[in-house]
Amino acid sequence: MSDIDYKEKGSILNPLKSLQFFARKAVTEPLEPRLASLSYRGFHLNDWELCIGCSSCQKVCDNAAISMIEIPGLPSDPLKGVRNQRPAIDYGRCCWCALCVDICPTGSISLSREYVHTCTQEEIDSYFILPDPNGIHKKFYGYGWRKVADSDLLNLKRGEMGERSADQRSDNFDEIVDGYSLEQAVAEASRCVQCGMCHDACPTHMHAPEYIRAIWQQDMEEAVRQIYRTNPFSHVCGRICTHCCETACSIGRRGDPVAIRWLKRFAMDSLDHETVKAIAAQDKVDYLSGKQIAIVGAGPAGLTAAFDLVKLGHQVTVYEAQAEAGGMTRYGIPEYRLPFDMLDQDVDVIISLGVSIEYNTRIGVDIELSQLQLDNDAVLLALGLQLGRSTRIPGSEHAQVTKAVDLLRKIAADEAFDVPRSAVVIGGGNVAMDIARSLARLQRQQYGESRMTLTALEDLAHFLADPVEIKESIEEGIEILDSRGPQACEIDEKGRLIGLRTWKVLSIFDEQHRFAPSYDESDEQLHAGEMVIEAIGQMSDVSLLGDELTERLEWNRGRLQVDEAGRTSEAWLWAAGDCVNGPDVVHAVADGHRVAASIEAVLGQQETDHES
Amino acid sequence: MRPENYQAISHPPSNEYELNFGPNHPGIEGNYALKVKLHGDVVVAARADGGYLHRGFEKLMEGRLWIQNIALVPRICVPDPVPMEVCYSMAVETLNDMEVPERAQWLRVLQLELSRIAAHLFTFGGHAATTGMYTTMYWGVADRDLILDLFEEWTGGRVYHIYNIPGGVRRDIPEGFLDRVSHTMDYIESRLPDYDNLFFTNQVFVDRAKDTGPMNQQQALEWGVTGPNLRATGLAFDVRRDDPYLVYDQIDFEIPTEAPGDAWARTLVRRQELMQSIHIVRQIVEKLPSVGGPVRTPIPNPLAWNVPAGETYTRVESSKGELGYYVVSDGSDKPYRVHIRGPSSMHAVRVLEQLSLGARLEDVAQIMFSLDACPPEVDR
Repeated sequence: MSDIDYKEKGSILNPLKSLQFFARKAVTEPLEPRLASLSYRGFHLNDWELCIGCSSCQKVCDNAAISMIEIPGLPSDPLKGVRNQRPAIDYGRCCWCALCVDICPTGSISLSREYVHTCTQEEIDSYFILPDPNGIHKKFYGYGWRKVADSDLLNLKRGEMGERSADQRSDNFDEIVDGYSLEQAVAEASRCVQCGMCHDACPTHMHAPEYIRAIWQQDMEEAVRQIYRTNPFSHVCGRICTHCCETACSIGRRGDPVAIRWLKRFAMDSLDHETVKAIAAQDKVDYLSGKQIAIVGAGPAGLTAAFDLVKLGHQVTVYEAQAEAGGMTRYGIPEYRLPFDMLDQDVDVIISLGVSIEYNTRIGVDIELSQLQLDNDAVLLALGLQLGRSTRIPGSEHAQVTKAVDLLRKIAADEAFDVPRSAVVIGGGNVAMDIARSLARLQRQQYGESRMTLTALEDLAHFLADPVEIKESIEEGIEILDSRGPQACEIDEKGRLIGLRTWKVLSIFDEQHRFAPSYDESDEQLHAGEMVIEAIGQMSDVSLLGDELTERLEWNRGRLQVDEAGRTSEAWLWAAGDCVNGPDVVHAVADGHRVAASIEAVLGQQETDHES
Repeated sequence: MRPENYQAISHPPSNEYELNFGPNHPGIEGNYALKVKLHGDVVVAARADGGYLHRGFEKLMEGRLWIQNIALVPRICVPDPVPMEVCYSMAVETLNDMEVPERAQWLRVLQLELSRIAAHLFTFGGHAATTGMYTTMYWGVADRDLILDLFEEWTGGRVYHIYNIPGGVRRDIPEGFLDRVSHTMDYIESRLPDYDNLFFTNQVFVDRAKDTGPMNQQQALEWGVTGPNLRATGLAFDVRRDDPYLVYDQIDFEIPTEAPGDAWARTLVRRQELMQSIHIVRQIVEKLPSVGGPVRTPIPNPLAWNVPAGETYTRVESSKGELGYYVVSDGSDKPYRVHIRGPSSMHAVRVLEQLSLGARLEDVAQIMFSLDACPPEVDR
């Protein structure tokens, strides 16, 4: 404390003591620019290599100082979640709060130690800056405010999804994943920064930001309305979608991507079936066009096209060879991943709009394709990939060597067959995992134990199957042997299949990246099994086309050649789905929409031509 | 008007005249105006007008996300921005039923007290300048700058720290920072005798400030006066002690009071509070190394953050008096209503108008500075 009693009456002499300052050295400041502190919030820097153009900085900016500028030369890849946009700052608005730094999903943006900028009236637009790693004057003054763990505003951790343990699930076909509770779903939805990378990456461009936002606002009807804008297979995709959206998610840059698939599932599960039907029917026209369309195959592609076309007032009949609808989603995907009643709900919504499905009707057998051509204004082939490919190794013609898709169909249709006590699967994709896990369940049910071996050419890091599938398969006791090339199905002298002989794989592709596996023949193994199951790919059954039409149509590597809109070289015939694109549900849905739009456009054109 | 309609207006003879004092007057703080009616050089009526800033903070806050407002609130009181950040954050935390980590609470108190020291140095300087003693103002501003240096190193901003956010603070202190805080405190304390000699015991100041703009305790309470201005009337009320927030209940400090309630007393209370704040900062510097843990409770993604519906009033003791935030949430991602109970809106309008009555024109500015009013906080 001061030794002066300042409560006394003041003194005229006291201030004179300050005259001593005349004798002191003057305070001086150096002329050169003063460097700001190490966490200074100066002009922006942005690492263009890291930046993905997600625009989160723009959204959090409290002064609307940031706009996203398209830079033509930069990479733009929706599937990787990269846009060729970079933030530009209006320094007439910026307040240097650094919220843009704290929210940035990639950590590309930071503030520098540079804080001086002057310009003449002519250069006034130099206050609009597209920050790059060098800073406003192309001279790097060092990093100032950067993202640290304490200041990160994003929640990088995904909400834990409850699922049944390996013990609980490995002898039954009950669904594995629990699904989110309302609280979990709202919390997970709140992680989204609404960048829309998911929308761009999704084959059918689902309005994921919109439905995630609606889930966060607990408006599930709105969420389902947004979902049904693009995807009538929402229960299915909410469970088994290959989720390109999550791969592209900007939160996934430094953390776990938002669980977009589980959120869709939650929204769908939270509404009762009648409400979903009412929402799906909202934009159906209330007149009939008088056009008739036949669709072959009641899988995701065929039914999506039917969904779109019936809403436009066309009369749509779907012909399905099997006893139930769903195509490969019913007969190819095990029930523990996709319960049948969920698929039934999706199909029922489509039927409720007026689509009629002729079950157990095989085109080419029960009805000729030429008859469909005569009776309809357009025909769509959505055949799917129902024939398994064979390895054609010695012994593969044995009765106990089967295709995974055939066996999965039998299991789904509840057809009786002799469950082998032990079996070997060839293949490292999701279908291989599906059949291995399904058979293991049946083995446990019948024999109390399972003996399943899975062999694949690829090493474990390069399996085509979803990593979760591999993890869960191992948990369920399936022996996974990677880098094993199948050589022969061994048959003993009594003609019984005893197993699969494999060699160690050295490489799969040759120098020209062609498929040409090379083996270490000294490393030979025999994997014992009463059954060998081939799960190395599928193809379409195109026998319904007949020889003459097959000859007339154009083909592309064994698949029907279609134009961008899905039309074949025949004017009346379209093709869509797995038989054109390869296996994937959401791609099939996207294809269904595309073909429906093409058919609608062509039929509309015919109408106009007819009138004029 | 047609010439035939013109009638000369006749004024009654008067000794009174009106003078516009501000908004661009060197003797007045910020964009603030006072219309004074004078008889000779004695004020017979005064009308305050704080509307020259046109900022509308409270309305602006309704259109911004909860997190975005942290960049807005410090601007409401430029010389003492930290209480704005802390008080707003505390309100949002209360609505969210959110705990703030202990270390963050100590860091907030350190910020609040450093900000108080800076604000008081600024105010002495202002008061001295209105009595013609500009050297004190230069000193005050220069010494305040040392605290701004600390803030720059700590928060990345000299004036607008934007450092407190709901849930805690944005980052920890840098390496070796507490040593530099101690050093600055030692320096500022060593400067106090110089201030005393030049200003506080200067007969010019004492003679001019004593009995200038006096109010008694009852008037102060009726007019909603808080902070040093209230304590200068002899009432030891301080939110830090009477309604403790953060960790003030673990800190030892005194509440200086003076009895006369005039400009002299108000500024002397601040002079003593400055010393108390240095004392508090030293306690924190000693305590902080033993308080570990995080500095922030994570908040949800600020772009999708609904604060539960409800309303709350939080208050802190700013350098100007009691600062309160009344925040209403309707459960959405933006505040439904924010009302700021700023001490200056009382001090600079009602109190200034009253205290100016009977004062001489040259003392009006002194009265305003002795009340330590902050115009942007009036016009919010």
